Amino acid sequence: MSSSPGNSSAGYASADAVTNTDYPTQWRRPPTLVKDTKLRYALIIGAIVYLILAIGTVEVNWARVVEGLDRGWRFIKGFLQPDFTTRWSDIKTGMIESLTMALTSTVAGVLISIPIGIGAARNLVPPFVYRICRAIIAVSRSLQEIIIAILFVAMFGFGPFAGFLTLSFATIGFLSKLLAEDIEVVDKSQLEAIKATGASWWQLVNYAVQPQVTPRLIGLSLYRLDINFRESAVIGIVGAGGIGATLNTAIDRYEFDSAGAILLLIIFIVMLAEYSSGYARKWVQ
Amino acid sequence: MLRVDALSKTYATGDKALDSVSFTVEAGQVVGLIGPSGAGKSTLIRCVNRLVEPTSGSVHLNNQAITGLSRKQLGEMRRRIGMIFQEYALVERLTVMENVLSGRLGYVSFWRSFLRKFPAEDVQQAYALLDRVGLIQHANKRADALSGGQRQRVGIARALEQNPELLLVDEPTASLDPKTSRSIMRLIVGICQERNLPAIINIHDVVLARQFTQRLIGLQDGKVVFDGLPSELDDSVLTRIYGEEDWTAIEGDRAEDAESAEDESVA
Amino acid sequence: MSTDNTSATPKEWQHRTSKQRLIIWVCWLALVALTVYCWQVMTESTIWAFVADAPRQAADLGARMMPPKWSYINVLWVPLWHTLNIATLGTLIGVALAVPVAFLAARNTTPSRAIVRPIALFIIVSSRSINSLIWALLLVSIIGPGILAGIVAIGLRSIGFVAKLLYEAIEETDITQIEAITATGASRAQVVNYGILPQILPALYGISVFRWDINIRESTILGLVGAGGIGLQLQASLNVLAWPQVTLIFIVILATVVVSEWVSAKVRHAII
Repeated sequence: MSSSPGNSSAGYASADAVTNTDYPTQWRRPPTLVKDTKLRYALIIGAIVYLILAIGTVEVNWARVVEGLDRGWRFIKGFLQPDFTTRWSDIKTGMIESLTMALTSTVAGVLISIPIGIGAARNLVPPFVYRICRAIIAVSRSLQEIIIAILFVAMFGFGPFAGFLTLSFATIGFLSKLLAEDIEVVDKSQLEAIKATGASWWQLVNYAVQPQVTPRLIGLSLYRLDINFRESAVIGIVGAGGIGATLNTAIDRYEFDSAGAILLLIIFIVMLAEYSSGYARKWVQ
Repeated sequence: MLRVDALSKTYATGDKALDSVSFTVEAGQVVGLIGPSGAGKSTLIRCVNRLVEPTSGSVHLNNQAITGLSRKQLGEMRRRIGMIFQEYALVERLTVMENVLSGRLGYVSFWRSFLRKFPAEDVQQAYALLDRVGLIQHANKRADALSGGQRQRVGIARALEQNPELLLVDEPTASLDPKTSRSIMRLIVGICQERNLPAIINIHDVVLARQFTQRLIGLQDGKVVFDGLPSELDDSVLTRIYGEEDWTAIEGDRAEDAESAEDESVA
Repeated sequence: MSTDNTSATPKEWQHRTSKQRLIIWVCWLALVALTVYCWQVMTESTIWAFVADAPRQAADLGARMMPPKWSYINVLWVPLWHTLNIATLGTLIGVALAVPVAFLAARNTTPSRAIVRPIALFIIVSSRSINSLIWALLLVSIIGPGILAGIVAIGLRSIGFVAKLLYEAIEETDITQIEAITATGASRAQVVNYGILPQILPALYGISVFRWDINIRESTILGLVGAGGIGLQLQASLNVLAWPQVTLIFIVILATVVVSEWVSAKVRHAII
């Protein structure tokens, strides 16, 4: 602000005094993301080369695609005119399996996540406990549901029990991590205040941490319930029970109207879950 | 010349923000709009360029109706009206230059503006205006890298880049310190004199309003309760606009302001 | 929820608190009952002998999986490259389609709240509810097995994710900046370009990179249903019960996921 040459209005006599031939006629926006010119060009060329190579790997069997257009159209029609009745008993079994799997695995997952989450909070536990719990979380998070499902199906046989174990295992990684992060940002002054009263570790967790973390834990559990339901539709593909198996069969048989019905049911339940968890979260807070 | 006739605005919530407001502003006249919070000052200014759609009444700029224009015509009308905002309303993540050039958006095609290829005279004018407000060396900085006073100067340059026929100014000093507020007000008023621009300045600071404007309009509950010279604004008028209060402090400030203003203009 | 009121509190409050507590207890009880019921329904057909046998099976499986067949890695490079391409191209398609959907879904930019916005929201929820593996299953059945099905599946799944986060970002934009651009007489497209885009661009970059990271993870398994990438090798190895190969594929997938997470974190850090 130091130099403001035009501060006095006497400088210009008429409105058109600002005729501007002395000023540059061109302006180019300075680069925003990558300031270094060479690096920027290198990145752009790199990106283009990559795109060409990547698109080159896509082998399209056009005859097959054209043939598929008809099926695609039938799928869209199936989606618009779903057939709930023909496969209803299969759909019903699958849905019940999916829903029960989702609920039980969420409950089990949350129950196990709470101690692990507390153990993974740096401000509450000694370092070796912290490291063990973080390792459990890392393993659970880096393995995808479907891979765990493959292993559990191999161990426990086909069916929803393997699915239940898979989803519980995945829930642990998800919830413990978020819970631990929440606990780590818990208001320090409150922790200290309770510590100052000479409270034991259990009392500390009960009085200082729990009240602050509970509402969010409930919110996260509801969110995970939603995810578990969606995932339950997937792990059925490798034999871990749930609606996924029914869906897989329907698609394999090109019964797109039944597949459409299943997908619509999934979408409907997910929407329902989102709305009701929104209400539940408001109610908790 | 701006003419406002029987302008009323009732919001969808049922709140009556403006109640049959009428006045005219001659070319080169700087009008201060004062009144308590919620009196409808902000609504009035926004009804002029129809950022808020008035419920009834009419607005004319140089004998051309603004109310009743179609969407496209409204765009062409809005580019003739410069607006300066409270809290500057710069696009924070764009450069200072882009912010100033955005004043030409109503004149250039989408692709031109998308590629930032503005006509030479627009760019020259933008540089000249940035020089005028003392920020030419900051042209390539991002707007959020500037201080409050500097940002408001960019806001002024953006409005002037439109080559407007009218300036609408909404609380230009609301978030500035007293010294910066005065230099911003001086800049706005000076520019209006240079260009013979009519301006409506919506301002809550009565002292500033009295010091810098040629005419004051007092709004209260959506109605015009005062329209006159700043010198006519006495305790009884202030009470009429704002309600009962001890106004002597303001009278005291007035003398000090006059002094400090002189000090500043030397510096 | 856990702090109890002592006798010092007025009567009315105590009454209300105990009523609330009752509701909470009933909720917990209902949850427990529901869980137990669901457990019973779910395990109706479970053969517990298999479950009891699981530790032995696990030990057996472990023995068969170890050691990984390291020499198999040479077969995996090309599928891994395909996996990377599926994720990247899929993300690009997904983002490109998600941007218009997000603008149609955001309250402040949608052309019509009554018709267009619900449609956009339905597209988002459909895309989000259906896992990419299911999209792949469908697409393999429609356009045949291969990378293309994988790319489209990843793209379709990404639309909902990106569009949801993006439309929330659009709704959170600062309205005064948009108002200021409107007041210059700018057209609608110009208002989006100058007023909204600069405000949401960092969010868009961040979301895209985040989604790319997730897509790498998801595209490693799309091959299980025939949609290309390293999952094809996994499926082939599982079919012939070549467990040492499966182990190696798991290790490669794990490494890919870790690396992509690291890259995504770095890039996001650099952008924001």
